[in-house]
Amino acid sequence: MTPGDPRVTQRGSGLDVDAAIERIFAEEFGRVVASLARRFGDLDVAEEAAGEALVVALEKWRADGIPPNPGGWLTTTAGNRAIDRICRESRRGDLHRQAELINGPRGDDQPQEATGPVEDDRLRLIFTCCHPALAPEARVALTLRLLGGLTVPQIAAAFLVPETTMAQRITRAKRKIAAARIPYRVPEIADLPGRLAGVLAVLYLVFNEGYLASTGSADAGADAGADAARDRGPVRRNLTAEAIRLTRVLRSLLPEEPEVVGLLALLLLTDARWESRFAGGELVPLDQQDRGGWDVGLIAEGHDLVRACLARERATGQPPGRYQLLAALNAVHTDARDARDTDWGQIGTLYDQLVRLDPSPIVRLNRAVAVAELDGPEVALAEVDRLPLDGYNAWHATRADLLRRLGRGEEAQGAYDAAIAASGNAAEQAWLARRRNSLVTP
Amino acid sequence: MAEYMLSVHHVEGEPMPSGEDLQRAFADVDRFNEELRESGAWVFAGGLMPRETSTTVDNTGDQPILTDGPFAETKEWLGGFWVIDVADLDAALEWARAGSAACQGPVEVRPFQGE
Repeated sequence: MTPGDPRVTQRGSGLDVDAAIERIFAEEFGRVVASLARRFGDLDVAEEAAGEALVVALEKWRADGIPPNPGGWLTTTAGNRAIDRICRESRRGDLHRQAELINGPRGDDQPQEATGPVEDDRLRLIFTCCHPALAPEARVALTLRLLGGLTVPQIAAAFLVPETTMAQRITRAKRKIAAARIPYRVPEIADLPGRLAGVLAVLYLVFNEGYLASTGSADAGADAGADAARDRGPVRRNLTAEAIRLTRVLRSLLPEEPEVVGLLALLLLTDARWESRFAGGELVPLDQQDRGGWDVGLIAEGHDLVRACLARERATGQPPGRYQLLAALNAVHTDARDARDTDWGQIGTLYDQLVRLDPSPIVRLNRAVAVAELDGPEVALAEVDRLPLDGYNAWHATRADLLRRLGRGEEAQGAYDAAIAASGNAAEQAWLARRRNSLVTP
Repeated sequence: MAEYMLSVHHVEGEPMPSGEDLQRAFADVDRFNEELRESGAWVFAGGLMPRETSTTVDNTGDQPILTDGPFAETKEWLGGFWVIDVADLDAALEWARAGSAACQGPVEVRPFQGE
């Protein structure tokens, strides 16, 4: 059906209805799957029934308009579909399932479920999808499929893998959950911090996959991009939006967890700079971005969240975790109206805290950028040269910049070349090439 | 409840613990077994003799064929295992953590087929 279809235009703007339906699907899919998974104890049944309910809804709502409680409507319809399917299967001799079914609520005449327990269901589903017994790429795929409601082709396109590969990855993960009995529940308090860290890592990974797009090129409107890359752009953008949406959901479910707040702030403050990161097909580094192009609404929300984390930290004496520190770093950067106003002292202090928490070379590389501002490029270069990161484009790019500032033009040129070779991102390569070509060599 | 096999593998060329280390591993595994029994999760456990002692029997054809040695020619082989009966994978993983520390080797957790 097209937006120009008479059945749609009868009810006003078909485009509006379709956009509204799409928004409801995105909001409700995870809720429906989570609630059915609890009722029927089977992710396949839940996923299929939710998918069927969406098809029914699309047809019915386009004709009759959207019902007052679309989420409840979807849950009820999907529940009935699931019961139909299980009845069909149990008639083939699966009496065990039939027995289970009798204990569950049935039919349209059941009152629609209240919000409370349904939200708990989504929390259970997040922890199941991000279980440490699943491979990281399977956790990401399952979370996007079952909680985000993204289709397999969408997820495959976003991660640049063939559709069959992604379908197999998801099927295999669901089979393992069922066969190995990965529990469908929120972990015990004692296990929560560790398990929550796994969930946050998945959400951060989803966001970064959309934001950095290391193998793509034109996702932010780079005009030199190929058609394929341009097509992928919105799909990639979808990932950042989905990561933010799911993190908001997680925060509404676990409002007391400071690291969840920290991650949400980090994502918002990063996303706020989306439009300013690219200009004319070229990456624009933080210090040269047009700060007027930053999204002030997102920045204000992110700053509020960071302030809430700081207040909590002062009240409880509990030191901030990794995401809170990363959010605070982004808050300091986005607080400066001009790059020259950046409070490097505070950035340095935050990086010192982060390095104590995570002394990995990549964190130390980022700290070196602050060191260059505080103690000069020579001190920073000495630190950078100690890091075992010579396969990493940002290491070469940072070295190149420090060498340039020290007036060591020839060495800088070599470092830019190495950075270009190690980068898989056309927009970044374009920026690095321009920096290299603008070097004044003695 | 669900049954899981917790298996311990030897890797070719990897030195076996000896002396005090071996004694400590034995004592730790004994204590671990005792905890398993007390919790009710214990189904069965055993350590296996070296794989050179195995015989492979293939009776899928006309005649049974006996081969001296293990079936799989791999660099890792099963050294011993526990079978436990617990609520779900999280519980099995919890036991595997303790079992791995006790026997000083990685432990593979694998569910049994249902009824």
